Amino acid sequence: MEDKSKQLVQLIADMQEEEAVKLSREMLDSGYDPIKLLGHCREAMEVVGKRYEAGEYFLPELMLAGEMLTAIGDMAKPLIKQDTSKAKDGKKVIIGTVHGDLHDIGKNIVTFMLEINGFQVVDLGIDVPAETFVESIKTHGAKVVGLSGFLTLAFDSMKTTIETIKAAGLRDNLKIMIGGGQVDDAVKTYTGADAFGLNAMEAVSLCKKWIPA
Amino acid sequence: MSQTGAVAAAADLYAQREKRLLDAIELREPERLPTILFSHFWVARYAGMTCREAMYDYDGLAAAMRKAMLDLEPDGFQPVHTLLALGPTMEILDYRQLEWPGHKGLAEDVPYQYLDRQYMAVEEYEEYLLDPTGFVLHKYLPRVAGAFEPLAQLPAYPTVLHTRIVQSVEAYARPEVRAALERLIKAGEEVQKMRAVMSRLNQELKELGFPCVAHGTGHAPFDVASDYLRGSKGAMLDMFRQKDRLLAVLDRLAALLPQTAISAAKAAGGNMVFIPLHWGLDGFMSPKQFATFYWPQFQKVLLALIDAGIIPHVLWEGDCTSRLEVIKDVPKGKCVYFFERTDMFKAKEALRDQVCIRGNVPASMLISGTPEQVREYCCKLFDVVGDGGGFILDASVGIPDEGKPQNVRAMFDCAKQCAY
Repeated sequence: MEDKSKQLVQLIADMQEEEAVKLSREMLDSGYDPIKLLGHCREAMEVVGKRYEAGEYFLPELMLAGEMLTAIGDMAKPLIKQDTSKAKDGKKVIIGTVHGDLHDIGKNIVTFMLEINGFQVVDLGIDVPAETFVESIKTHGAKVVGLSGFLTLAFDSMKTTIETIKAAGLRDNLKIMIGGGQVDDAVKTYTGADAFGLNAMEAVSLCKKWIPA
Repeated sequence: MSQTGAVAAAADLYAQREKRLLDAIELREPERLPTILFSHFWVARYAGMTCREAMYDYDGLAAAMRKAMLDLEPDGFQPVHTLLALGPTMEILDYRQLEWPGHKGLAEDVPYQYLDRQYMAVEEYEEYLLDPTGFVLHKYLPRVAGAFEPLAQLPAYPTVLHTRIVQSVEAYARPEVRAALERLIKAGEEVQKMRAVMSRLNQELKELGFPCVAHGTGHAPFDVASDYLRGSKGAMLDMFRQKDRLLAVLDRLAALLPQTAISAAKAAGGNMVFIPLHWGLDGFMSPKQFATFYWPQFQKVLLALIDAGIIPHVLWEGDCTSRLEVIKDVPKGKCVYFFERTDMFKAKEALRDQVCIRGNVPASMLISGTPEQVREYCCKLFDVVGDGGGFILDASVGIPDEGKPQNVRAMFDCAKQCAY
């Protein structure tokens, strides 16, 4: 079985979707521990993340990795009796596309990369009003918020969101990162964010720096 | 000045501006740095209109565009009506691919937004490949706009022949098809109204001495597959799961797309086509994927357009710095590469003897910077990217809707002082 687990990690990491899903099915059918199986998936995702960081993998590979993870998770999770959902508590990141903007591809990729790097992401979706961010920060006690936006209208929307968070008295112990579309250093200054990122790996690096393991 | 004198002066201005642009495109030094006004909603906002008004008030938008042109005096312009003035027609059609201001959930003063969805299922590849027109008529159009739904009942023409053609017209008499045709006629009349206003404006701008630089729109095959057929997620997954079918669709599109753009340009009486690109940028797909799924098919489109005497203005969205060595493989001085975040200095190094560069004052600077910062940036672009000609100054993806007027003015004014 150890050979098979290694093989599974490699198949997922090498984007061999059909074979990876088939092997997972076989392993589960022959009684392999589903929690261990999901552990191999996480291991494979770390490889995927590293290859993305190294410029070897790009968005299509992340999309496919996400699909494999979902397919295998859907097979394994019904077989798991214990609750594993609170494993990552304490590394929460709130993310959302700011009010007025309906784009979500960038946000989804950042969410995926944060999750495979062990962060618990609260995804508020698209066109998120400033007040919803405030409520979510209060509810989850998150230390990091990520604001996404593709259109230039997002610059003002990000600014308003950050001002609203500040007015609610929540800015001091919070780190805010922004990204998407034409966001750059000038937009960071304009909105009052702590940092901006050009891609999902930069979001992961920022979160690792801000919420050390 | 007499009226004849004024007309002659405007004609002279038109010739000067056109020459300035052509000199840059054909990689010669113009007498000064040329500019193009490419705006989405900025011209409307500049004239005090909301986004909603810009999409519904054809004459108001024409007045807004005229004001911006006279205030900024660029060397060329891209028409705004075809981009914006679509509200009434979209309502008649029950168009579903866009959310627009004042419609459904969107506020009155935000720009319209495209909805990235799957419009063709993975199981439909073969159907599309067998008969793209049939697929679009019977399946695609009914999905993207309510008005087209009854057209699903129309005959499948490639196999309806001889006396069956005669009998097949029965479909047109069905109440729902009849109602759809009436609705489409109404939508068509609305487009004619909009185009009449746009033609008058274009003519007026021509008489004021301003050349139009976009007579039609083109696309890259992968962007069509991704944006309009499979959705971005679907297209990315198909690179692995449906590679051969995706490539076959891209080949089909590469053969079909040029004719549409050429016909549009000819109908508009010009030879320039605007091609905004969405998915080929660095970070989205690997160099290998770019060389497999993006560039070869897009290059075919570009070459076909250039062969037909069209000058494509290609907007390379995002950062395409790593693609420069690949995309320089086009005929010399025959097209324009408009860059958003690509390293402009590296672009100049790579494309100096090959392609005219256009761009790229950042949106953030036009929105949050100062006129001084804008001037400094433009001067630097002129010094380096403008060296030897082959450069047109523009914002990074056109003027951002929220650009401060004094910053936008600084950009256009600066170009007028950049003499060769």
